[in-house]
Amino acid sequence: MSSMQAYNPNNMSLETIDGEIATLNLGPTHPATHGIFQNILKVDGERILSAEPTVGYIHRAFEKLAERRNFNQITTITDRLNYCSSPINNMGWEMTVEKLAGIQTNKKIDYMRVIIMELARIADHLVCNAVIGVDTGALTGFTYMFQERERIYELFEEVCGARLTTNIGRIGGFERDFNHTFYSKLRTFLKEFPARFEEFNNLLERNRIFMDRVIKAGPISAQRALEYGFTGPNLRATGVDYDVRVMNPYSSYQDFQFDIPIGKDGDTYDRFMVRQEEIRQSLRIIHQALDGMPEGNHHVEVPGFYLPPKQEVYRSMEALIYHFKIVMGETPIPAGEVYHSVEGGNGELGFYLVSDGGRTPYRLHFRRPCFIYYQAYPEMAKGALISDAILTMSSLNVIAGELDA
Amino acid sequence: MGNEQAIEIISQKFGELLSFEVDAYGMLNITTPADTMIELFTFLKNDASLNMSFLTTLCGIHYPFQKGAELGVVYHIHSLENNYRIRIKVWTSIDEPNIPSLTDLFASANWQERETFDFYGINFVGHPKMERILNMDEMTYHPLRKEFPLEDSTREDKADRFFGR
Repeated sequence: MSSMQAYNPNNMSLETIDGEIATLNLGPTHPATHGIFQNILKVDGERILSAEPTVGYIHRAFEKLAERRNFNQITTITDRLNYCSSPINNMGWEMTVEKLAGIQTNKKIDYMRVIIMELARIADHLVCNAVIGVDTGALTGFTYMFQERERIYELFEEVCGARLTTNIGRIGGFERDFNHTFYSKLRTFLKEFPARFEEFNNLLERNRIFMDRVIKAGPISAQRALEYGFTGPNLRATGVDYDVRVMNPYSSYQDFQFDIPIGKDGDTYDRFMVRQEEIRQSLRIIHQALDGMPEGNHHVEVPGFYLPPKQEVYRSMEALIYHFKIVMGETPIPAGEVYHSVEGGNGELGFYLVSDGGRTPYRLHFRRPCFIYYQAYPEMAKGALISDAILTMSSLNVIAGELDA
Repeated sequence: MGNEQAIEIISQKFGELLSFEVDAYGMLNITTPADTMIELFTFLKNDASLNMSFLTTLCGIHYPFQKGAELGVVYHIHSLENNYRIRIKVWTSIDEPNIPSLTDLFASANWQERETFDFYGINFVGHPKMERILNMDEMTYHPLRKEFPLEDSTREDKADRFFGR
């Protein structure tokens, strides 16, 4: 154990470091920060005395833009929040509008959504964990897991034609049913992915070098995490089992059996392990959804929101009317306020939507988990070495798009 | 925890100061004056039966025609133990948009209040660093207020009723 303590930044004595305080600009474009983040660090040697994050480098005023777009057009904005798991954002938004308009979806749509959302969660967690590996110097796992992410993106492509910014699904269901290619690709993925994933897991999970680097790096207590508004895997790593899928089930999540993994110390290793286990649990959910896929239509009959097939628009008067109503945003929608949240890749992704009955939202606020928990970063980085601060950041999975909205 | 029970507990303490409304989607909305706000949040956080210690989100909102209470802040607060949420609204005039800061109660309020200041110009009294966060510091206006339309405001051929706000 003695060698392990030697790596612990908190045990290093101050006498070894020259007493001069330097200011270090980490970012905005630094290869180790994986995005546009700036941190102004005060460092004494390698040790961080204070960190001051500057956010807003890719602020695109989504909340303002949303006030001039009709409800169908906002799905494309949500793509660009957490772009590692766009489908979750898309469907969170669609469910928010469905809640406002009182649209009930059938089980088939719910199960289809669950499959897509869990695939997105796997892709999100894979990127995060593979990057933790990269930041500790293990590039191999990253290259293998990006192949697997690519296969997930191929599945999205089969459903909606896009890969990263998916705009998947519609208000009221899906544009089209899953096709045979999707099902066969998904089955192949479910058959082959677990072995490759366990291979990646074996590279890191009990790897002595990796463990020495990540254990006790960037810890946070459950108490502080809750005060800072942590949600998702980062909160669960501290030992709090809060998961929106279980607390407030949406999209029929109550039909599935899965466990919520939790950590203990809230350090980088726990965050890594929680995400690893969540990937396995997501696979479990996908299996159940696939096996229990109910019969039904892939969309509900909401002609005011769901675009009619193009062939119909040319042939039928009613379809033509609804086509124009949707495109011009003339569908009546109740005035009211809803808050709906889904378990995004990083935590509780909430949508607070105020409608005055007009064609656009009166106000739309995104609860972006990244923005809220990144506030804790100065506290987590304080006293750590620069290399540990980089690890803390990548294990928090701060996504610039979600941070800056 | 149900809405009736929560209303009973809260109104016992605050009496007529607050107004309660359960919306069509089942969420309890509480409107509070700015000067009782801190007391209300402290009570909600520390009351053993309510235990609403998790601030989910806060954001600003602007109603230009609501004279004297043009700007508002909407808080969503959550009790993880009871799995119960409340929405709290505080209104202020646009001429003196001052609202007490919640940073002493919830660390997560810090950046969210700065974001609200950035977008709406609401000044959170007691905030340790009331500066813009997402927009650049040199900006002279608060862009999410309704007087800034996204579309070119000199155009007259585009009526709001066709093209939204």
